[in-house]
Amino acid sequence: MVHGILAMQHPSERPKWWWWVFVAGLAAFFITMPFHLEIFVILEMSRFFGMAMLALSMGFLWGFSGILSFGQTAFFGLGGYGFTVLALNTGETTGSVFFAVALGAAGAGILGYFMIYGRISEIYLSVITLVFTLILEKGIRATSGDQYVIGKVRLNGQNGIPTVPQLDVPWNTSVQLDINWFFWVGAVVMILVYIGLRLLLTTPFGRVLVGIRENERRTELLGYDTRRYKLGAFMLAGGVAGLGGAFYAISIPLAHPEMFSLGRAADVIMWVLVGGKGTLIGPIAGVFAIEHFKGWLGTQGVGQVTLVLGAVLILFVLVFQRGLVPSIGSLPGLWQDRAAIGRRLGEAAAQARRPVRRRGQARRGSGA
Amino acid sequence: MDQVANYLFQIGFSFSIFILISLGLAVIFGMMRVINLAQGEFLMLGAYFCTLCTNAGINLWLSFILSALAVGVFGVIVERLVIQWLYGRIIDTLLATWGLSLLLVGGVTTIFGPQTESVAAPLGNVQVGAFGFPVYGLVMMAIAVALLVAVYAFWRFTRYGLIVRGTMQNPTISAALGVNRSLVYMLTFAFGSALTGLAGAVLAPIVGAYPTLGIVYIAKAFITVITGGHLPLIGTVSASGLFSTIDGIVATVSSSVIGEMTVLFVAIILLRLLPLGITGRMTRGV
Repeated sequence: MVHGILAMQHPSERPKWWWWVFVAGLAAFFITMPFHLEIFVILEMSRFFGMAMLALSMGFLWGFSGILSFGQTAFFGLGGYGFTVLALNTGETTGSVFFAVALGAAGAGILGYFMIYGRISEIYLSVITLVFTLILEKGIRATSGDQYVIGKVRLNGQNGIPTVPQLDVPWNTSVQLDINWFFWVGAVVMILVYIGLRLLLTTPFGRVLVGIRENERRTELLGYDTRRYKLGAFMLAGGVAGLGGAFYAISIPLAHPEMFSLGRAADVIMWVLVGGKGTLIGPIAGVFAIEHFKGWLGTQGVGQVTLVLGAVLILFVLVFQRGLVPSIGSLPGLWQDRAAIGRRLGEAAAQARRPVRRRGQARRGSGA
Repeated sequence: MDQVANYLFQIGFSFSIFILISLGLAVIFGMMRVINLAQGEFLMLGAYFCTLCTNAGINLWLSFILSALAVGVFGVIVERLVIQWLYGRIIDTLLATWGLSLLLVGGVTTIFGPQTESVAAPLGNVQVGAFGFPVYGLVMMAIAVALLVAVYAFWRFTRYGLIVRGTMQNPTISAALGVNRSLVYMLTFAFGSALTGLAGAVLAPIVGAYPTLGIVYIAKAFITVITGGHLPLIGTVSASGLFSTIDGIVATVSSSVIGEMTVLFVAIILLRLLPLGITGRMTRGV
């Protein structure tokens, strides 16, 4: 059971009852948090939900469709800026969140079309997505002049847009959510995204994606247009990253070019890699673990945080390739495997002791 | 006439930067298929080493050579410690070198601080009509072309170049023929690193040295090598030529950021039309 929750060895199976219990427990855990934690912890934690959605988009794309996009931050940043600009212009936030999702998906759709339909190799795809986010960052950073205005909003270049509005109540836009309500909405949206992606993997679409990850050529020979599926997954992940960007921008509150940066893109990789790719809960766990670790490092006065992070990344690649969650999750599985191997060895030994059958003799119980 | 000279200078200057930043990557990524995301940081190390040397009173041109050697040695260390375990594991290489890049940026910031260290650009200006051109820009173009010719001749006409190309094409056969594969990989990586270090040193007088220097150039370098395709040298030269023309013209007309964004969009559209890069259909050459 632990094995199943953590590592999810069979993502195409419908989740069992205990998975729903686990999700409900997770939701209850987050919902009760504001009642017993300090307000600054809640503020700090609300930042993590946007990041967790970004991590989920990456974990889904990399872990289940085998597309390693280094530029998920591009759609994250587009979502953040899209939300901020539209919400400041219209004074309404619910529609703007949907716009952020649409903008992320549209950006991913355009970039993905050129890359996926051009059939460039996976490694080029990784580099191109990285280049894409770096160039967007550079472009946004260069918009500090007065002429860069969208509607009523100045883009402000290096400094970002500091006046990101707080979410308001959809049926009464004059009431804004307070800190606790924003925390709850963030937690619930994150968990809904998690459930949605998890259930998507049980559909035919999700199964084809996993097939593409395992062997794209073979999937194509079975008659699936893999490019359409990959582009679909890429756009979906772009949308999720855009949603994360909107929540992140609200939580700081600042829409900043940093959202596109190489450092942020490296964070995403780190969350997924440390949490464990090939799972969906791993990336979420990775966000909370790493961001806490970074906050703690900052207070320890070790100097450059990136120095330590770089060392951690190299260590993980060279030593723990599967990430933390699958490594922990596979411990019980390891025992089962060992037990199974033991049984098989016993059977083989028993078979070897059996008398050799002569040719022509009647075969009994050949299914052994 | 003056305007034409101005455009030509901008294009040539842009070309020399494209060549300098992507030549080392063409060796490491184009030939060896090692995705080195710390490439920009090798550039940054070269620039820092050059500023250290000139501050110590060493002649600028000698500093270039010393920087190339220093970064080459650093390349050997990196290859032995990290890269050699990761050949063939492309994604892992990418992640590990990314970690290396963060480590180097963090380390250099800790040692030298985030400010820019500068080297005085030598040689003054030359006046053509209404425009003044820095002579050092012309020297950079000469260095870029000289490096290209040298690298081409090295790969194409020397025994070592032949062994390297053979090993990259088929490591197993080369090993069967008695080539020390591991040594060839190590030296080739060091060669690519040295080229990058030299490029960083040559760039130092115009941009200075600061910890995040590499991030500015890494994007350009990768799109150049990728758009070039599977023949590292010819591909890099042709992609550099194309991109620097676009970049030079657009940057002169509007701004350098717009120039860079135009280059990226051209590169993405080009990859849709020629997924294997500019040299995708060529079979011979380096």
